[in-house]
Amino acid sequence: MKKLIIHSVALALLATSGVAAAEGRLLATGGATNVEGAAGGGLVPWAVISAYTEDDEVGGTVSISRAQVDDYRLDVTAASFSYRNRLEVSVASQIFNLENLGTELRQQVFGLKYRVAGDLIYGQLPQISAGVQYKRNTRYDLPDAVGSQRDSDWDAYIAASRVWLAGPFDRTWLANVTLRATRANQFGLLGFGGDLNDSRKLQVEAATGMFINRALAVGVEYRQKPDNLGFAEEEDAMSAFVAWFPSKNVALVGAFLDLGSIAGARNQTGYYLSLQASF
Amino acid sequence: MNRLLMNSFLLAALLMLPGQANARSDSLYQDLGGTAGIEQLVEDLLFNVADDRRIRHHFMDIDIGRLHEKLSEQICELAGGPCVYTGDDMVKSHTGMGVTRADFNALVEALQVAMDDNGVSVSAQNRLLALLAPMHHEIVGL
Repeated sequence: MKKLIIHSVALALLATSGVAAAEGRLLATGGATNVEGAAGGGLVPWAVISAYTEDDEVGGTVSISRAQVDDYRLDVTAASFSYRNRLEVSVASQIFNLENLGTELRQQVFGLKYRVAGDLIYGQLPQISAGVQYKRNTRYDLPDAVGSQRDSDWDAYIAASRVWLAGPFDRTWLANVTLRATRANQFGLLGFGGDLNDSRKLQVEAATGMFINRALAVGVEYRQKPDNLGFAEEEDAMSAFVAWFPSKNVALVGAFLDLGSIAGARNQTGYYLSLQASF
Repeated sequence: MNRLLMNSFLLAALLMLPGQANARSDSLYQDLGGTAGIEQLVEDLLFNVADDRRIRHHFMDIDIGRLHEKLSEQICELAGGPCVYTGDDMVKSHTGMGVTRADFNALVEALQVAMDDNGVSVSAQNRLLALLAPMHHEIVGL
C-alpha cells in the first residue's frame, strides 16, 4: 500500500509537471491502460493507440492499477510508447496475490499494437488495430502444479473501435470489439494451455461506454476467456467502469469487477482502480 | 449469463450504427442561441484560435471579419437556422493550407471551449460536432 502511494505521488507529479506532451488528438481518445498494459479499458485492449499522438508526434503513458476481489489482488505497473497514432509498444508487470495461500504469481507482458486502418472518430471506417502480446510467467511453480503446459506464450488480437459523437441521448458513445487468439489461463497468470485444452481459442472481448461530458465516461466491458485447466473452472470477466479524464495528462478509472471463479474460489467480485499519466 | 451479456453488447453496437444526427429541425439552432448566439460563439472560437500557438498561423493572413461571417452562416445553416452559407466549399477554402489532423483537432478543442464559455449544453455540443466531423476529409491534408 505504501508503495502504491509513492507510485501515485510520483505519477501525479509527472502528470502535473507540464512536460511537453503529445496533444494532437481529442481528450480521452488514448483510452486508459488495460491490465496487460495496452491502451483500452481495464479488461480489454481497444483499437485506440495510447497517449495523444497525432501526425508526427511521439508520446507515452505510465500507469498503476489494482484489482481487488474477494480472495485475490492484482497489481499492475505499466508503461507504453506511442508513435504517430500508429504504433504502440507497451510493457506491464503484474503481481497476483493469492491472499488465502500467502503466495503470489508474477507475469510480464510485452505488447505491440499497430493501427491498420480507419479512425476512431473521423471518416467511414472504424479504427482497426492488430496487436500481439508476449506473456511470461516469472514464477511458475503454482501454474505448473495445476496443469499449465508452458510458462510463456503469445496472444494475438484484432480490435475495432468507433466513437459516435452524438449517439443515443445526444451523448458521445464508444464501442469496441476485440477478437483474441489465446490459450492463457486467467490472463496468463496461471500459465498457458492445460490438460483440457492446449490450443489457442478465438475469444470475444467487448466494451461500450457513454461520455456524460467529454471528460467523464461510464461503461461496461466483457472478456471471454478459455477454460483449459481441469483442476478449476475458468469463467469470463466483466466490469462496469467510470473513467475520468481531467486533462490530457491524467486518466483515472474506477470499476466494479466480476471475475467469476478463479482457481476454485467462486464469485470473485471487487473493485478496480487505475491511474494513468500521459505525456 | 455470459451469452446474454455478449448479445447485449452486439445489440447495443447495432443500435448505435444508424446515422449520427438526424436533426433537420431548427432545435440545434435554438440551442445555440439563434443567430446572435452563433455569432458570439464563432467570435469566441476565433479568439481561442488566436490564442492557440498550434493553429493560429493558419489564420494570420486572412480576413477575420469575413471568416467570422462565413463560419457563422455555415454553422447557422448546419444547425437548421434560417441562413444560407455563401462561402466557398470546404475543399476549395482549405486547399493549400496544409491543415493537419492535429490542427483539425485543435480547432475542435477551440470550439469546445467556446461552447463551454457560452453555456451550450453537452447535448447541443455533441450534435454540432457530429455535423462538423464529416468535413474532416474535405479539410485535412489539402
